Amino acid sequence: MTVEFGNEISVAINSRIRAFNIALLESGISGIVETVPTYRSLMVHYDPGVIRYAALEQKLKGLLGGLDKVRIPPSEVLYGGEEGPDLPFVAEQGGRSVDEVIAIHSAPEYLIYMLGFTPGFTYLGGMDESIATPRLKTPRVKIPAGSVGIAGAQTGVYPIDSPGGWQLIGRTPVRMYAPEREKPILPEAGQYMKFYPIDRAEYDKIAEQEAAGTYVCKRHSREEGAE
Amino acid sequence: MSITVLHPGMLTTIQDQGRTGYQQFGVPVSGAVDPRSAAVANILAGNEEGEAVLECTVMGPQLRFDQPAVIAVTGADLGPTLDGVPMDNYRAVRVGAGQVLRFTGPKCGCRAFIAVAGGLDIPQVMGSRSTYMKAKIGGFHGRKLEKEDVLGLRAPGMEPKALATRSIAPEFRARAEYTLRVVPGPQDDAFTPAGMETFLTGVYTVTAEFDRMGCRLEGPEIAHKTSGDIISDGIAFGAIQVPSSGQPIVMLSDRQTTGGYTKIANVISADFRILGQLKSGDKVRFEKISLSAAQEALLAQRASLRLLRHVLDN
Repeated sequence: MTVEFGNEISVAINSRIRAFNIALLESGISGIVETVPTYRSLMVHYDPGVIRYAALEQKLKGLLGGLDKVRIPPSEVLYGGEEGPDLPFVAEQGGRSVDEVIAIHSAPEYLIYMLGFTPGFTYLGGMDESIATPRLKTPRVKIPAGSVGIAGAQTGVYPIDSPGGWQLIGRTPVRMYAPEREKPILPEAGQYMKFYPIDRAEYDKIAEQEAAGTYVCKRHSREEGAE
Repeated sequence: MSITVLHPGMLTTIQDQGRTGYQQFGVPVSGAVDPRSAAVANILAGNEEGEAVLECTVMGPQLRFDQPAVIAVTGADLGPTLDGVPMDNYRAVRVGAGQVLRFTGPKCGCRAFIAVAGGLDIPQVMGSRSTYMKAKIGGFHGRKLEKEDVLGLRAPGMEPKALATRSIAPEFRARAEYTLRVVPGPQDDAFTPAGMETFLTGVYTVTAEFDRMGCRLEGPEIAHKTSGDIISDGIAFGAIQVPSSGQPIVMLSDRQTTGGYTKIANVISADFRILGQLKSGDKVRFEKISLSAAQEALLAQRASLRLLRHVLDN
């Protein structure tokens, strides 16, 4: 079965296809053998011995209807301080106050363009150019897991302790990578991600829940018309 | 049916030829930093080239063999002894039950590789036995070896044929200055002609900041046209990143899958056997060669491994 989204090469169409592919793979619909996302469509290979065409079509239509409401892994972030030592520099560079930088950084829903660097490192596009800041001239030897950084007009989260050269503006207690988890890597390319400023008490609370394995990442709906 | 770790040494991990296929999710390849020496150790021990081996860094471990085994040690000369008696590098050696392999200290090079005939009984994670410590996957519980760890053997007692003649001359020799051959790119156009000249004529010293991920060098500052930043893209083994500081960083096995500093050149695959043996204080120079020459060197190296196996087995 092929689900067609359009007949052109466009970011908007391809984003919807990737989002639909993720939704489909997460849906647990039985009988799906494999999916093939392309520029313009999603090909769904299925086993008619498990699910018939009509039943599958109905389920896919249901998923399509809810597509704009799914999948934003949020990330609560403690901005500044020891967790975000470069926040003042980013603010100064952009001619903004620290509070303005936090407001600007936490406003958008960022498209996860790609994963790379280390397991689950999110490369996010769509950051406001006014807070864009070049990488450090000499990268740091060790950056703690959860650190939120800026590199040029990119932003992202370091999933594990590693060296790195991004300007650090805060830290999330949410674990992007946890090897013992059933799904070790939390974010997926094609999803959107949003940051929420939190205080130290909230940070500690989530960190405790993460350590105990009880934290549940609350998926948020994408705002209407957001891009 | 096992090997007991009496002392882990400085950093001993299980590595094979790497974990490919998962870089799109940000999972680094890992694997032996000197893949050639790891392959030679395996061939001497009668294994497939890609079998998992122990990679020992600078100060080797102390291992007790709880049953007879055949092993081969290659790469750096870290001074191996069996029950206190010096043992040859680059030779398949029979170890008796209860014997202890110790390393007395580094003589040359950085990383030694221990292959055990029949292979180590280690589960594969994403198709590889390589340890990636930062993400705690692969190898022995995703970490370096520690005291009292017990490593199982997959084929205890296995012996390769013609054991007595399974040896070659050690391949790595210490030098006052090492030359690494490089192919320029992919961001060689981000540097001024003078910057490129500096890179190709300067002598660089390995700093204390070197690990399985990368190796920071110090030397004449390499000038960019504008800056050392790009939109992040893929990073290959041996890539030489130059951030805005102008000081190069050579990427090794545990390198990040992608990164955003300009890469002036890439060390050729045939020279990873030198790259993987550098340690702090070593001096290196870079020599530019063509892509076709680099590929010929790699193919020649592969042919030499096939020839070695053929000679040892027949």
